[in-house]
Amino acid sequence: MKQMALALRVNGEEKPVLVSPSRTLLEVLREDLNLTGTKHGCELGECGACTVLVDGKPMLSCLLPAAQVEGAEITTIEALGGPSTPHPLQLEWARLGAAQCGYCTPGFVMSAKALLDSNPEPTREDIKAAIAGNLCRCTGYHKIVEAIENFARQRKADQAIDRSIDTTATAVRAVALEARG
Amino acid sequence: MLRLPEFEYAAPATVGEATRLMHERGGKAMLLAGGTDLIPSLKRRQYLPELVVSLHKVEAMRGVREADGRLVIGALTSLDAVAAHPAIRASWPALAKAAASIGTPQLRNQGTLGGNLLLDTRCTVYNQLEEWRDAGGSCMKSTGVKCHIVLGSKRCWAISSSDTAPVLAALGAELRLVRHGDERTVPVVAMYRDDGIDYLTLQPGEVLTEVLLPPVGKWDRSAFLKLRRRGTFDFPLLNVGAAVKFGADRIVERISVVLGAVGSAPQALDAQKFLGGKQIDDAVAVAALQAHAAKRATPLPNTDSSHVWRKRMVQVYTARALKELVA
Repeated sequence: MKQMALALRVNGEEKPVLVSPSRTLLEVLREDLNLTGTKHGCELGECGACTVLVDGKPMLSCLLPAAQVEGAEITTIEALGGPSTPHPLQLEWARLGAAQCGYCTPGFVMSAKALLDSNPEPTREDIKAAIAGNLCRCTGYHKIVEAIENFARQRKADQAIDRSIDTTATAVRAVALEARG
Repeated sequence: MLRLPEFEYAAPATVGEATRLMHERGGKAMLLAGGTDLIPSLKRRQYLPELVVSLHKVEAMRGVREADGRLVIGALTSLDAVAAHPAIRASWPALAKAAASIGTPQLRNQGTLGGNLLLDTRCTVYNQLEEWRDAGGSCMKSTGVKCHIVLGSKRCWAISSSDTAPVLAALGAELRLVRHGDERTVPVVAMYRDDGIDYLTLQPGEVLTEVLLPPVGKWDRSAFLKLRRRGTFDFPLLNVGAAVKFGADRIVERISVVLGAVGSAPQALDAQKFLGGKQIDDAVAVAALQAHAAKRATPLPNTDSSHVWRKRMVQVYTARALKELVA
């Protein structure tokens, strides 16, 4: 079957690939680009393990022919962080034991990232709605919801500290300028 | 990995180009919108098209616009966008609620309104991998001749599982269909046929481009109810779309109630006959409508939960939909 040359954009980089039109984004990510952080579960759109962001929105890479996302910004779990440079959300996930076998984790984290990007202070209900398309067979979901909640709370506290440091620095600069006269 | 079968692929940028491709390839081409229904079907080898025509570049089919006091929704508009659209939420909350009830956040970002309306019918025997289907002797919707659900049946009983169809049918919305050198507009209810295999009246090569909602003010209230095992991420076991226009003294001037997921097509009830000119909570009329609804619904053991219970729930949900119209 005829192959197609596609210019994909994955995690901010141009990734040219030559693939059959019947290749899904999941297959291209895992098998052509070696980005195996995105997992394959049911491959029928029922489990959420293969969730990636397409132009910032969570979608199922197992149901997207790669040709359909040419030109879109694709974000996979690899963009967030790896073992040596984990994202604070991933650290909170690990600290709470929100990952047990861990197979569903990349999909959950991507759904959580999409939520936190558009809604910095989600309620518990917002979180449950955002991860409704991701199945976990180990944790019972409580730790996952807590990890997302804790991360959002911590980020807000960090931002408040940053803002107060900024305010103090501005005040100190103003005093220094005045003293210099 | 569960791979897709090989196919040729085209991604036209206009409706005209898409209809030309569909015309040229006859029945050997299939349209791809969001892919949340078609791609799993292809992976299960339920269809083997020679050519897949992806519509994702046809920008003219995406988005919501206003024309002559009516909202017009492009068939490629995502279910998430339909659920979140301020004008849809304000004028037709039942449609927004139906769209929001479908699948999961991921599936609503990908899936389209047109795709949900034209959703393939579903059955526990049919929605299986090829090997599974063949092992028990393929059913008539697949490559065989028998029905494993209703033994001896001459027809297929696969279920219409669209959540938006009953609401849009109840509202009296219309569909714009474009074919190579031809165009027509049909009421939503006329799109469906009560046959699990030949479930649409869509003509070969026809593309559903737009959904035309009725003029704002045609109905006073609309409602949508959905029965399913989980609070999310489930196909309907039953759904109800309803709309009402009241006259003086809260007398029902016009009413429309449509059941979904209890047949191979949405079932439009004769609600006007029972409730027209009466109060919406008229006990005798409501009981008559409930009995009529139960008669029209044909739940079978081809989806989740007992069909006996689902038949009982048809009466319960019909009454609840009427209550919701005055809530």
